[in-house]
Amino acid sequence: MAVDVEPRRAAASDRPKAPSSALGRLLDSDLWWSFTRSPVTVTAAVVTLAYLLAALFAPLVTPQNPFDPASLVYADAFTPPAWTEDGMARYLLGTDDQGRDILSTLVYGARISLLVGFAAVLFSAVLGISLGILSGYVGGFVETLIMRTADIQLTVPGILIALMIDGVVRVQVGGEMDEKLAIMVLVVAIGISDWPKYARVTRGATLVERNKEYVQAARVIGIHPFLIMLRHILPNVMGPVLVIATIGLALAIISEATLSFLGVGMPPTTPSLGTLIRIGNNFLFSGEWWITFFPCLALVGLALSVNLLGDWLRDALNPKLR
Amino acid sequence: MVSYVIRRLLQAALVMLVVAFVSFSLFRFAGDPVNNMVGQEATQEDRRELRERLGLNDPFPVQFGRFVVDALQGEFGISYRLQRPVEDLIAERMPATLELVLVSAVLALITGIPLGVYCGIHRDSWVSRALLTVSLIGVSLPTFVIGILLIYLFSVQMLVLPSFGRGEVVQIGWWSTGFLTFSGWQALILPSITLSLFQLTLIMRLVRSEMLEVMRTDYIKFARARGLSNRAINFGHALKNTLVPVITIVGLNIGSLIAFSIITETVFNWPGMGLLFIKAVQFADVPIMAAYLTMVAFVFVSINLLVDLLYYAIDPRLKVDRGTAAGRLS
Repeated sequence: MAVDVEPRRAAASDRPKAPSSALGRLLDSDLWWSFTRSPVTVTAAVVTLAYLLAALFAPLVTPQNPFDPASLVYADAFTPPAWTEDGMARYLLGTDDQGRDILSTLVYGARISLLVGFAAVLFSAVLGISLGILSGYVGGFVETLIMRTADIQLTVPGILIALMIDGVVRVQVGGEMDEKLAIMVLVVAIGISDWPKYARVTRGATLVERNKEYVQAARVIGIHPFLIMLRHILPNVMGPVLVIATIGLALAIISEATLSFLGVGMPPTTPSLGTLIRIGNNFLFSGEWWITFFPCLALVGLALSVNLLGDWLRDALNPKLR
Repeated sequence: MVSYVIRRLLQAALVMLVVAFVSFSLFRFAGDPVNNMVGQEATQEDRRELRERLGLNDPFPVQFGRFVVDALQGEFGISYRLQRPVEDLIAERMPATLELVLVSAVLALITGIPLGVYCGIHRDSWVSRALLTVSLIGVSLPTFVIGILLIYLFSVQMLVLPSFGRGEVVQIGWWSTGFLTFSGWQALILPSITLSLFQLTLIMRLVRSEMLEVMRTDYIKFARARGLSNRAINFGHALKNTLVPVITIVGLNIGSLIAFSIITETVFNWPGMGLLFIKAVQFADVPIMAAYLTMVAFVFVSINLLVDLLYYAIDPRLKVDRGTAAGRLS
């Protein structure tokens, strides 16, 4: 929606010969062309990439390791951002109640948020695509069972399902979770709450593909149905899945932040962006706005740029808009 | 029509049964209920006796049957943490949540629909472009971030609105309402805006795209040719025909408003069911979790059912079969 529909470029016959290298093919593709034509998308991609790189190389880009007690100066707690009167140049965005540099906690927090986001998307995509292809290819009772479950689940907001799953695990372990378990539970909870979307789309695409000649040919020469689904149908249904996965990443990041904010996500010892907002929220009234404001900003920036990328991808891959 | 209603009712009952089963499994398999109810010093004999009294030695289907019968009567046992019957706790908290959801839904509708109509009619004006951009940002803003920003602006900086609680409430029977006091309304402002913002953007975008679609149709062109006023065309003909999808989405979203009120209630410390539930999740308080799940599922299923049935009332095209049979097709 954010992308204007540009006039298509010259017909295929006028095009120079397709270059052979992978990079060359990418630069020559319609996708790349529509990408470079939308400044909003390019900005969003740059921002997303910056987040990814910062998260990946967190120890190298942060001025301080906020989780190493030795590097914390307790006397520096509640330092406001550097440009305010009481700010210190050392702490660009100020410090929190324990003297942790906000900028550093942000980078580490984004790392957790992205990790959970990607893992949750992967989890729900694998689950949803498998069930979707299975129900589209096999049909019958299997299809009814899977798709009815998906229908029912789609009527309930994902956050509620994620909360329920989180609650069940909490009951099993008796309240508190350590960080490894918390990450796993978040991934599974968010992943399960999002699979029906993937299942619906892949089932639809599979129904189209299964009647095409290449699938029938594969069936005639006696390839095992499992291999047909994996090698022949799967690659051909990945286009629409990519769009959902991108928007799903933004959703997963927001869901993770929400759960952490509600106090049922990442523990304060390994905070994600949501946990940081939860912690900072306690200091909002005493005037230390920066402790919660910058994590909010970081979260919105991340979610917005991923959303914009997803929006663009949807329009760019949508054959109706071509 | 009748067979359709019956089929939908059966479907709804089936879904509720599945949800009840999930809730029941929570009880049965998530920790030992006896351990949660007796203290450390209870003897084996005490435990065995309690186990027998609670019927935990009965076969699985019997226990499940008893759970369903109890749930139908609104009984979900006693909260582990608060040591009070769950149905009382929920009844106490329900008015707060329902009032919040009601105000948010009304707010989202009375601002979302006009904005959507405007953006649909003047699709290229800069105002509608700006609104669309803002709405995209709105979709990326998590509910709790909106709440925190509003609190910071209006409660911390300007000191004009309260940031937590319901204000003064008036008790009418078992229902406590904040609608009758000034401080009650004041306390409602920020939470309801927070909760409605996402729905507002959703409704606005939906109405806009539906309007764009309808405005292209022949009967609108014909209405223009007949020389009807813009007002009559936009609202009498165009808006009316966008209402079916809007009602679906709004109906289905009342359910998600209840779910998202968990977040809003946490941010604003609003004493509703959502806050009760999130505390239950944090402290592994199974009876409340099970009751909340069953109740919210019930609301979802009822709304789904109602929306499906409303289609018939709103969209005359769905009645065509009956209409032709009765010779009333105009």
